[in-house]
Amino acid sequence: MIWNQEFETLPREALESLQLKRLQATVNRVYATVPFYKKKFDELGLKPAHIKSLKDMRLLPFTVKTDLRDNYPFGLFSVPMSSVVRVHASSGTTGKPIVVGYTRRDIDTWAELMARTLTAAGIHQGDIVHNAYGYGLFTGGLGAHYGAERVGASVVPISGGNTKRQIMILKDFGPTAITCTPSYALHLADVARDMGIDPSRDFKLRVGCFGAEAWSENMRHQIEKTFNIDAIDIFGLTEVIGPGVSSECLEAKNGLHVFEDHFIPEIIDPETGEPLPPGEKGELVFTSITKEAFPVIRYRTRDLTRLNPEQCVCGRTFLRMERITGRTDDMLIIRGVNVFPSQIESALLQIEGLEPHYQIIVDRKDNLDTIELLVEVNEKIFSDKVKKLEVIEKRVVHDIKEMFGVSCKCKLVEPKTIARSEGKAQRVIDKRKI
Amino acid sequence: MKAEQISVFLENKSGRLAEVMRVLGAAQINIRALSIADTSDFGILRIIVNDKDKALAVLKDNNFTVSKTDVIAVEVPDSPGGLSKILDLLDARKVNVEYMYAFIERHSENAVIIFRFDENDKAIEVLQKAGITILSSQEIYKR
Repeated sequence: MIWNQEFETLPREALESLQLKRLQATVNRVYATVPFYKKKFDELGLKPAHIKSLKDMRLLPFTVKTDLRDNYPFGLFSVPMSSVVRVHASSGTTGKPIVVGYTRRDIDTWAELMARTLTAAGIHQGDIVHNAYGYGLFTGGLGAHYGAERVGASVVPISGGNTKRQIMILKDFGPTAITCTPSYALHLADVARDMGIDPSRDFKLRVGCFGAEAWSENMRHQIEKTFNIDAIDIFGLTEVIGPGVSSECLEAKNGLHVFEDHFIPEIIDPETGEPLPPGEKGELVFTSITKEAFPVIRYRTRDLTRLNPEQCVCGRTFLRMERITGRTDDMLIIRGVNVFPSQIESALLQIEGLEPHYQIIVDRKDNLDTIELLVEVNEKIFSDKVKKLEVIEKRVVHDIKEMFGVSCKCKLVEPKTIARSEGKAQRVIDKRKI
Repeated sequence: MKAEQISVFLENKSGRLAEVMRVLGAAQINIRALSIADTSDFGILRIIVNDKDKALAVLKDNNFTVSKTDVIAVEVPDSPGGLSKILDLLDARKVNVEYMYAFIERHSENAVIIFRFDENDKAIEVLQKAGITILSSQEIYKR
């Protein structure tokens, strides 16, 4: 099923001329309204008029996560705050989030894109959508919510957490579609079984749209079998718009169609920054071409994937991106939350006496991501009193929870027990089998 | 008068206590009294030894996290009510016990109790006024 037949199946030539027109408008807009972009263009001697074809994209400067952070909170907005009707934020490095804004038209665009996403998964008017993405600054909850309303489905805005209550509602309200992170879906199934409920029989679910974290084909099969549903991979990032950047279709379940009439994807060599030919694997870069409040020019996602230009059986003419297979940096995604080891380190170093000898162990237990922090005890924090050491453990757990909203465990270990290879400690051990 | 105790951080995994004992034994250090505080993740070994400086040095050399703490060693009669009397005295002055452990003297009818108080100095004052014997590190070893 296709939500916007006209745009989603545009012949490539028409699509590309639309992209160029919109790209030029965006470049003009940011040059005129965002000092950060004007400065970057000027440094390169680049004028908006130099962008004459899509090939000229490569002339444009990249934008990276630290640029967004440096302009915290509203420095990259391209409209006055009086035109901004909503803000969202994603966790950024060292405590400060990345803040993005939306005009009324941006919210409308976003609802359209999420309507396309849900429609691609076969969700339509008459469906009841159990939306277990978190509501709040996180884009997942409200993004899926607006899209589900747009297609005319009935939304259950359950948000995240309170899993037992979610099971009761899944059973009693009989939703036919679910939206959440893939790991939370499997956690729901575990809790349901504990409550004597068989998720493959006792729910009316038909389909689920899962995203916000990396998952695999194996996990898809597991979710599909567990709930007896179709599981669709959806993709987005706050910096670009939120969910609704790309989505799989029910027909092929093979690659995520990028909504190219709103975002231009590129694959670059992460080392040289040079664009790579279609089909090659590299770093995914997005330029938004319709956003008003928070346009991004060549935003480097740090996600590794490739783009597939082959026409899809569903009829969409959009390129398909492969599942994200890795990252060019050390960012971890824990229960849908972006976590950098450096953020954990800075939280630890806030505690007086603690030295940066730590290890982050990420695992998945009962389908939920867990973080365990091993922290070496030195003489400055050591005490003959149990209480004092327990206070340190509790403080670490509390600070991490404050920072990411994710619970962790802290374990104090003896000095020099964290393996150091060539003098450099291995900071992260990711035991998750995704 | 305070006695000195050595505290050693022990990660909760097998063989760690044995390793401390091996290190101390190899350095000819004798332990007079010990206790272990344990949680699910870690333990704190507290010991009174005959040569604390050497014990600290060898443990550090073997990468243990150690600290030196002042504790109060009190001699009490090894008879019913011996400890009770001491605790009543301290309670009357609102001195709290953080932890304690005890051993029996070899050459007398007394026991020695090692105390860690929230206010060590106040505890000493209370005990001395009541004529209770407080032992130094060296004295502990002679008993």
